[in-house]
Amino acid sequence: MSTPTATPPANAFDDDDFKAVPKSDRPLSPKAPDRESRPAGHSRATASTDVAVAEPGSDTSRTPGPLHAVPHMSQDMLDAFGREMEAIRKKHMDDRGERDATYIRSIIKAQRRLEVGGRALLEFAWVPPFWVAGVAALSASKILDNMEIGHNVMHGQYDWMQDDELNGRTFEWDTACPADQWRHSHNYMHHTHTNIVGKDRDIGYGILRMSEDQPWEPYFLGNLGYVSALALLFEYGVAVHDLETEELRTGTWNLRERLPMLKAIYDKVKGQAAKDYVLFPLLAGPGAPATLSANVTANIIRNLWTFSIIFCGHFPDGVEEFTEEETADETRGGWYVRQLLGSANLTGGKLFHIMSGNLSFQIEHHLFPDVPAHRYAEISVDVKEACERYGLDYHAGPLPYQLFTVFRKIAKLSVPSAPELQDYLDRPSSSRVGKVAGRLVGGATGVVRGAGGVAKGVVGTVPGVRRATAA
Amino acid sequence: MPMTSTTSPPPTSPSRSGGLAQRLLGTKVADVLAGPHDVDHYLELLRPDWAVRRIRGEIVQVEHQNDDSLTITLRPTGTWPGFEAGQHVEISVDVDGVRHRRSYSPSASAHPRTRTIELTIRRHPEGVVSRYLKEHARVGMFVGLSTPRGEDFVLPDPRPRRIVLISGGSGITPVLSMLRTLTDECHDGEISFLHYARSPKDLLYADELERIATAHPNVAVLPVYTREDAATGDPRSVLTGRFGVEHLRHVLPVDEDAAAFVCGPGALVEAVRTLWAEEELRTPLRFEHFAPPVLPDLDPDQLGDVTFAGSDITAAADGSTLLEQAEAAGLSPKNGCRMGICLTCKCTLNSGVVRDTLSGEIGGVPGEEIRICVSAPVGDVSVDL
Ligand SMILES: Cc1cc2nc3c(=O)[nH]c(=O)nc-3n(C[C@H](O)[C@H](O)[C@H](O)COP(=O)(O)OP(=O)(O)OC[C@H]3O[C@@H](n4cnc5c(N)ncnc54)[C@H](O)[C@@H]3O)c2cc1C
Ligand code: FES
Repeated sequence: MSTPTATPPANAFDDDDFKAVPKSDRPLSPKAPDRESRPAGHSRATASTDVAVAEPGSDTSRTPGPLHAVPHMSQDMLDAFGREMEAIRKKHMDDRGERDATYIRSIIKAQRRLEVGGRALLEFAWVPPFWVAGVAALSASKILDNMEIGHNVMHGQYDWMQDDELNGRTFEWDTACPADQWRHSHNYMHHTHTNIVGKDRDIGYGILRMSEDQPWEPYFLGNLGYVSALALLFEYGVAVHDLETEELRTGTWNLRERLPMLKAIYDKVKGQAAKDYVLFPLLAGPGAPATLSANVTANIIRNLWTFSIIFCGHFPDGVEEFTEEETADETRGGWYVRQLLGSANLTGGKLFHIMSGNLSFQIEHHLFPDVPAHRYAEISVDVKEACERYGLDYHAGPLPYQLFTVFRKIAKLSVPSAPELQDYLDRPSSSRVGKVAGRLVGGATGVVRGAGGVAKGVVGTVPGVRRATAA
Repeated sequence: MPMTSTTSPPPTSPSRSGGLAQRLLGTKVADVLAGPHDVDHYLELLRPDWAVRRIRGEIVQVEHQNDDSLTITLRPTGTWPGFEAGQHVEISVDVDGVRHRRSYSPSASAHPRTRTIELTIRRHPEGVVSRYLKEHARVGMFVGLSTPRGEDFVLPDPRPRRIVLISGGSGITPVLSMLRTLTDECHDGEISFLHYARSPKDLLYADELERIATAHPNVAVLPVYTREDAATGDPRSVLTGRFGVEHLRHVLPVDEDAAAFVCGPGALVEAVRTLWAEEELRTPLRFEHFAPPVLPDLDPDQLGDVTFAGSDITAAADGSTLLEQAEAAGLSPKNGCRMGICLTCKCTLNSGVVRDTLSGEIGGVPGEEIRICVSAPVGDVSVDL
């Protein structure tokens, strides 16, 4: 948009821009009330009672804000926070230049080298060390292609470079998912409606139960199985994501409507399979089986890695979910706060961040999806500082622990709590077979839930749960 | 005027090495193996002098003609189809991370024997690309190339008997290419070349013009210095001042069947065209400008007309975003977030500038893709919807 060369000098902005204060002249908020200290059982309350308990004061300056998760943030404060985020965004957008170009080109160069090198090694995959080295190089190349390059380029982070190869609208990546469909399901659906249950289809990818706000049904008993399959086949999961196949379960899925999308997926998968599973193995002659196995392995490694990073972005413990009601009249400030609270970062070293496409800075990515991702580390310092002042939680943790909490949640949500089971049995739409299954499960879960309760007490934070949509 | 050359090796023919390898890389199998990217995606960084579809050029020689102009010689990849004298090519150069595309007219002979591309570039004081190249062009650097463009400003086939070439300043490039091509073809018809420069110091290709004029009796080269006091010292300079009818009569004595070409600053081109019209000359005249982009100086709140070019709808701007305006006009452009994050609504800006409703910044160049949900038109704007 801007004249690219017209980068203003660093001091061109008023310092105030970066230290914007809330519109109201009340002092900045205290730290959010500690959720742990709330009375037990409180988490089941509806959003409004939740707020009433947390903020008993009734003078107008203490009117609870629109987001149940941060009742201390009034609308003014949300907007003030939003303005600070806008200032951070502007600072980095205006500064884009050679540094970003050099960075992304060096990553692309590394990716191309790894790919060409890996493919070459894998033509001799029947020699075990070559198999191992080739798989490592090819997986790394695919991960870079999908994450630091593909994902970020498709967010338009490098559109300003005016390089056709780095155009967010036309970029294609090395996965089964046609880039166009991903741009819809991810850039639009997920980034706009982040963590709004019922709107953000990344919550469970249409096949998992990831939130207590998704009503339980016996299908979800397979939660752990589905998630394992999804992790292994993640590229295909992402590919069919935009087809909204969950409608298959409710019988509202319309094949005819989805045919063009299916065709695009078929073409994409065909190309991928021809390359990885036919042509490159064939080129290896008698070594074909070894090459094939290596290529399959590289794709699976990429799938597991991208799955882990992506699921840790929004589902670890502590990350907030939102309801359609509380976000109906959302302002840009509210949007920023929702992005912040609905995401979690992963901690790690520089290489880890590169290999995760800087999605380890999920918070910064959701706040600034079109700022070149390699800047997120730098940006995170400013964001954390602002969170501190506004009393907002900034979720972060190491990958293994975050992944553990994600799986624990998935396991826990596969079985219903007693009220959830009752709710299911009372639902007129529930099938008879389902009800029988449900009753059987009911017997078994008492035991599981009991054990779960103990675990909960030990590990700590349980995200606040709303039932607004599930009612 | 001596040319200061930064290199010694003369331009060579494009690398023929790896001919077979390059042919293999151009096959369908190679495409599938490289998918979803194309083969050039890999070659660009690994072997930039090879290409199967895209065209790139390696700078093999850099000469500074004077303080303001430089001549670079490019060795194109095997994908370069060759050009016709008078055509131009778009080169893409990265400056501060941003890829810029600018047209330049090759000045060397278009004879198939010439496998290199010679460009002469005049530095504009505030120009992005010309300044960058003047300061940073180095042997070994690669630039992107388009296929040659321009169908009108070329030598007709068969060649007319008499040809009049008129140029000013850096506008010499396409007509010099015509002159060189004609002499390479041993064209024996009469060629008159009227070239305008401020002073002998500013005359590009002085030695080359001298050489051609001496070697080819059918070629008359007439440098014209527009600064009154500048004419002294060049014996060939029989004319001075700006273009007028007496200059034309010198190179085109009667209104006869010939072909005339003019390229140069807007004022020169306009003067020639006006004269042609006034004198009702039958000689076909072809012209070319190197027009720099005009940047309108607009008040950010100025409203103009919004044209949705794809649907042939024009409406008066009402201050809302292009997306809202398009919808108000009955169109339903693709959109998603309506807040500038998902890029679903991106479409091409044909002309005009827009204000980013998030940052307030004004920008946009023709051909750029803009997010219409956060772009409000400033002045007249046309988008590809
Ligand atoms: C068909 C064709 C053939 C051409 N062939 C040649 C050739 O052979 N040789 C050649 O030298 N050129 C040629 N040109 C011109 C060339 O394409 C470029 O326009 C020229 O080099 C200037 O590019 P730039 O990036 O340096 O300047 P730009 O950055 O595009 O700026 C162009 C002019 O606008 C002015 N300007 C830039 N920004 C601003 C601003 N913000 N406010 C006010 N003024 C501004 C600059 O001072 C400059 O004078 C040709 C053009 C065309 C269309
Ligand atoms: S509609 Fe999402 S960027 Fe414009």
